[in-house]
Amino acid sequence: MAVLQQDHQAARAGSAPRRITPLGVLYLVLFLLGLLAPWVAYPVFLMKILCFALFASAFNLLLGFVGLLSFGHAAFLATGAYITGFLLAEYPGLSPALGIVAGTLGAVVLGTLFGALAIRRQGIYFAMITLALAQMMFFFFIQAPFTHGEDGLHGVPRGELFGVFDLANNHTLYYFVFAIFVAAFALIRRVVHSPFGQVLKAIRENEPRAISLGYHTDAYKLVAFVLSAGLAGLAGATKTLVFQLASLGDASWHMSGEVILMTLLGGVGTLLGPLVGSGLVIGLQHQLAQSALGDWVSVILGAIFVVCVLSFRSGIIGECQRWIARRQQREDK
Amino acid sequence: MPSPPIQGPRASGGASATAPILETRGLSKDFRGFTAVDDVNLQVQEGHIHALIGPNGAGKTTVFNLLTRFLPATRGEILYRGKSITRMKSHEIARLGLVRSFQISAVFSQMTVLENVRVALQRPQGTSFHFWKPERSLDSLNEQALHLLEQVGLRDDAHRVTASLPYGRKRALELATTLALEPTVMLLDEPTQGMGAEDVDRVVELIRVAARGRTVLMVEHNLSVVSRLCDRISVLARGRVLAEGDYASVSANPEVREAYLGSEAPESTADEHKEVS
Repeated sequence: MAVLQQDHQAARAGSAPRRITPLGVLYLVLFLLGLLAPWVAYPVFLMKILCFALFASAFNLLLGFVGLLSFGHAAFLATGAYITGFLLAEYPGLSPALGIVAGTLGAVVLGTLFGALAIRRQGIYFAMITLALAQMMFFFFIQAPFTHGEDGLHGVPRGELFGVFDLANNHTLYYFVFAIFVAAFALIRRVVHSPFGQVLKAIRENEPRAISLGYHTDAYKLVAFVLSAGLAGLAGATKTLVFQLASLGDASWHMSGEVILMTLLGGVGTLLGPLVGSGLVIGLQHQLAQSALGDWVSVILGAIFVVCVLSFRSGIIGECQRWIARRQQREDK
Repeated sequence: MPSPPIQGPRASGGASATAPILETRGLSKDFRGFTAVDDVNLQVQEGHIHALIGPNGAGKTTVFNLLTRFLPATRGEILYRGKSITRMKSHEIARLGLVRSFQISAVFSQMTVLENVRVALQRPQGTSFHFWKPERSLDSLNEQALHLLEQVGLRDDAHRVTASLPYGRKRALELATTLALEPTVMLLDEPTQGMGAEDVDRVVELIRVAARGRTVLMVEHNLSVVSRLCDRISVLARGRVLAEGDYASVSANPEVREAYLGSEAPESTADEHKEVS
């Protein structure tokens, strides 16, 4: 696990030429595991984890790297899901890739609108405004005819990718979803480690100071918000393809809460945290749903969450990083 | 890569006959009926180190917030080089070269010391919105950043996480970050607040060096710092300018002494107290 810390050091060393770092090795191992996984575990379950990991990573980009707590990210997930679902269901033969692109763009447009309204407020007010806007979208999705209200969109065809790959095959679809996830993860990683990401960090650490350095911080926050919304939309669009379903559950505030839980559990402000958090939550839901516990699942998840937050506040990955940092300090001495 | 000179061209003579670089006319701020700043007319001459002193609650920090548009003024005008900046936005004022610091040390604590300075240097590069570029694209600024850090004695700490620095060094870092912008006017809000005697001396020296060729307006409680550094002093009490002049004339002013003694004694130590009385 020492590799996680090395990420920071590699980033800090800056001018050092590119070489193989332990973190690079970890990413490679994870990548290979991702390639092999569908032959060991059920692909749909894995795809569910990947979709939620992407959703949580998008959310974490905003909370972890700008310090903005959005309580309405379900709106972007659902917008991506519904647009993609509607297009693929209404226009059979449409490329699934185009459907996903359209869903993502829809979330980007909505994110620009919501962001412009919400970004001027901070802290709890920002959270409340995003929640209110997301609730508005929820009721819009109930009323709008194209979503089929309470029923949702069922049986969305997965179609053929580039007219070659039949996505009805779970394994084929898995690799498509995996490619989307890897690309999105790489994008988030780049955003965090970019000139733009540096300004975001500065805003997170001390916004008045960033302003006094001449940065128009609202503009930076808006760009980050739109990126986050777009990636959340991408997660929703992909999810529609996996489950062939877009429903109101995607738009409800439970979904906005769940993504917060996943991110905090895994480690807010860490790149791998959301991946670990969503894997854990989805895995637990899956395991507990199969047991005889029934509706107690939510209670148990809640209890686990409380214990985690009380005992390790910075999340699983965050705690690992701190542990490594402490150990390295001792070694330095 | 040329490093920005910490010591710019000397301001021409500092003659008081020239137009002030920063001026307020009738500047006022009301908070729901309470007037925190009341008809303040300040004139800061180019090249001066100008102090704003006064008892707690006199409105010094509010004046700073008005000057940098962190708060909008209720009435009055703010002029920079004769042009009104009253309605400009905070970040625009910063880009003009009026850069402020804060009462509580304003550093980016989870970033490294080097990154703190670099984030101030990177904006003129015009890539600050480029989320697709690698962080390595900023490495060309490292040399310049290290040079600035060297001037405040932080070069060896460049790769430390800022949170791990002692308080006095954080303030030095803040100064290096401010200098990275090559400001024409530095607005320092209590630069020595909360510091031990040794750190105070260091910071006084840093400000003295950094102020060469620049204009400084500072809020300061520590009167020995003010007497050592400042060319001109404005005393604020209850939102109004009570007196203005050099240290000798201001400290001899009976109204100033009353304002200080009538409220809390000057916040600093007993021997500084003696200096006023």
